[in-house]
Amino acid sequence: MSNILTDTHIDVENIRKEFQVLHQEVNGKPLVYFDNAATNQKPQRVIDALVHYYQNDNANIHRGAHTLADRATAKFEETRKAVQAFIGANEAEEIIFTKGTSESINLVASSWGRKFLNEGDEVLISTMEHHSNIVPWQMICKERGATLKVMPINEAGEIILEEVEKLLSEKTKMVAVNHASNTLGTINPIEKLAKMAHAVGAKILVDGAQSTSHLEVNVKDLNVDFFASSAHKMYGPTGLGFLYGKRGILEKMPPYQGGGEMIKDVSFTETTYNDIPYKFEAGTPSIADVIAFKQAIDFINELGKENIAAYEQELLAYGTAQLMQIDRVRIIGTAKEKVSVISFEVEGIHHFDLGMWLDAKGIAVRTGHHCTQPLMDHYCIEGTTRASFAVYNTKSEIDTFVVALKDIITKF
Amino acid sequence: MSQTVQQIQDEIIDEFSMLDGDMEMTISYIMELGEQLPEMSESSRTEENIVKGCQSKVWLQASLENDKIEFEADSNTAITKGLLSLLVRILSGKSPQEIIDADLYFIDKMGLNRFIGTQRSNGFGAMMKQMKIYGLAFSTKTQNA
Repeated sequence: MSNILTDTHIDVENIRKEFQVLHQEVNGKPLVYFDNAATNQKPQRVIDALVHYYQNDNANIHRGAHTLADRATAKFEETRKAVQAFIGANEAEEIIFTKGTSESINLVASSWGRKFLNEGDEVLISTMEHHSNIVPWQMICKERGATLKVMPINEAGEIILEEVEKLLSEKTKMVAVNHASNTLGTINPIEKLAKMAHAVGAKILVDGAQSTSHLEVNVKDLNVDFFASSAHKMYGPTGLGFLYGKRGILEKMPPYQGGGEMIKDVSFTETTYNDIPYKFEAGTPSIADVIAFKQAIDFINELGKENIAAYEQELLAYGTAQLMQIDRVRIIGTAKEKVSVISFEVEGIHHFDLGMWLDAKGIAVRTGHHCTQPLMDHYCIEGTTRASFAVYNTKSEIDTFVVALKDIITKF
Repeated sequence: MSQTVQQIQDEIIDEFSMLDGDMEMTISYIMELGEQLPEMSESSRTEENIVKGCQSKVWLQASLENDKIEFEADSNTAITKGLLSLLVRILSGKSPQEIIDADLYFIDKMGLNRFIGTQRSNGFGAMMKQMKIYGLAFSTKTQNA
């Protein structure tokens, strides 16, 4: 612990020692990795845990009558408990492992939606949702004869709560919204939205992909019914995520997929299903990734969410101030409360060209519509260039980025 | 005698080899080439001339003059436009049959695949495919005439 944290401040140079991937050259320049909203890098302990698992503990979990299976099962379930504690859930059984945020949302849309959505019902999402929190709802609404409604946002990229008030009614059955926008960085007022949703008897699902590694998340304080996130955006392995759901609701939901693990008894005429969370975890899960994920959670816990947030806010403020001084640059997403994401466009330069140029200078950013096409339509743009920071990024990297950007602009 | 498809490609490979694989110089040069691409008339930049499969917007127009196909192309991104200009340089002024038979190896040989990225590379592939389709369409036309 002491090696990555001094007092309550982030010691970024020590943190960077845990990330070998950052210490390389790309196109002959030191790598500056600013694509953290897409996926962040993994500390050595996560990589070590993956290797250790395969070298020592590999076995299929649950019901194994041998030592390795017991060991793997125990470690697997330890991560579930770690996630529970990390997001402040009541019980570990309320945590379901999935492939990622997308699958978590699909699980709810499909299972909860099929049981609880009926003709004439409404699902409310926001203008700034990722396609993952649009398409599953569109699909289930179509199937069930329900209607998808959209909460509008203001120019800064904040949900207009007065308009949400007008959209909510007894027809609303679900409010599905992100905690933080992957494109704009906006942090949404989840506690307020949860209250508003519950006041009309609706459930609320929060897409936490962009918040979980940056903000304090407590599902009980937020009082949300579902919370979805991805391990790979929390310094953990790819292909893994989780869904939190309140026990009472999860128990009423039918299974999402059929297979091993999710059953109690199977005959050719009938199957009885397992209890939560196993009811929703058909098939052999990504055991190694789940086990290694605990190391990622430990990493975040050791640094402390508060410290991470404070440090990333510093980076955000520094980067924003620098970008605002550059001619022809316009920041898209200027909400008062943001996570460390800066989307911008440069007048006269297509974002693809900009991304390519930055890559030539060793700087990794993301360009395009960021899977938020309706949001791009809202701003009447095709796409943006997005720089997003993690706890291992530095002000000096932002300086490098700004110098590069200024130089590129002169070429157009 | 005009240069063959192969000769032009080898010439391009030669030109790029002088850049020594330096990414910034390569991009600069590609952009320069794009700037030299003759402007496409506004009337040709139609919805139906957009090549599908490109992340950036690409327009491609072909016409037959003296049994040779003339290509006009444009893009809303500078780098793609430069890459397009290479295709135009290689294939414009060639007969439909030459275009159908053209083995376009320059992208692989120059390692451009690597840095144009998969999505754009796919788009680039779509452009090449579209040019071939024009070759095929015009070859039927010339045979029927």
